[in-house]
Amino acid sequence: MKELALHILDIMENSIRANASKICVSLVENSCSNQYILTIQDNGKGMDKEVLARVRDPFFTGQNKKVGMGIPLLEQLASMCGGKLDIVSQPGEGTMIQATFQKSHIDLPPLGDLPETLMVLFASHPEVEIEYEHVKDNCRWSFNTKKIFQELGLQGPQDIFPVLQGIKEWIQYHENQIQEGV
Amino acid sequence: MKITSIEDLKRIKEEAQKNTLLREGTADIKIVVCMGTCGIAAGARQVMSSLLDEVSKRNLKNVIITQAGCIGLCDREPLISVEKGGEKVYYGDLSPDKARQIISSHVVNGQIIGEWVVHTER
Repeated sequence: MKELALHILDIMENSIRANASKICVSLVENSCSNQYILTIQDNGKGMDKEVLARVRDPFFTGQNKKVGMGIPLLEQLASMCGGKLDIVSQPGEGTMIQATFQKSHIDLPPLGDLPETLMVLFASHPEVEIEYEHVKDNCRWSFNTKKIFQELGLQGPQDIFPVLQGIKEWIQYHENQIQEGV
Repeated sequence: MKITSIEDLKRIKEEAQKNTLLREGTADIKIVVCMGTCGIAAGARQVMSSLLDEVSKRNLKNVIITQAGCIGLCDREPLISVEKGGEKVYYGDLSPDKARQIISSHVVNGQIIGEWVVHTER
């Protein structure tokens, strides 16, 4: 995949399929230690030891099909970029996936269209609470969808629809700010 | 106008509410975008984004857009299905532009674009 944001979407889809009601996404960039850390944590149904041992295998899947490429692709990318993939999971409690990359690595794809990734998720799963945080050296910005929807007085999916483009632009604005170090 | 704060979003929402009072209807058309790893890699996110954009631009109140996982036709991704009046049509090999055309032709005017159909369920 050409963008980190596509991997993020793919892993978050796993969380939604695991019936998560809350997903926390965190991006931490550190220029000094040359690290780029992506963490996705959910409160879904989690995985037991047997499943956990096999999720990195592209020929293992939790669904009714024969291959499952999401996690293997992210792991391949992390190891290609001088990093690694860690998965911690507890049945009934949730799953945490953390990918570490070398920030300056030439094979690290750009973050890409993160606002679009998040917008697509809000639109199709407005009931899932998403907490997002992006830290770049000493800049940080974050939001929580539940709080935003409450503040805007949005109730059903039909309410969210007209403001989707606005939310996307709002995320884009803050992402630009953080890239510029504001 | 640049949207930089929650206040800006509130304004958009109020603006939108005024418009929605004019049009009310029940959702009778369902569009499902396949969003498995295969779909995402082939461009399903961009397709979904253009569907959302087109539907909100046209202010279509009777359309629901949602997503599903891999349905096993990975080589025809990006795939969507359009469910309207008991008929479910699957379109394959899509692009954001084709997705917009499906909204105007199939969803709004009821004309199925046969050329892009991969499967139909009745």
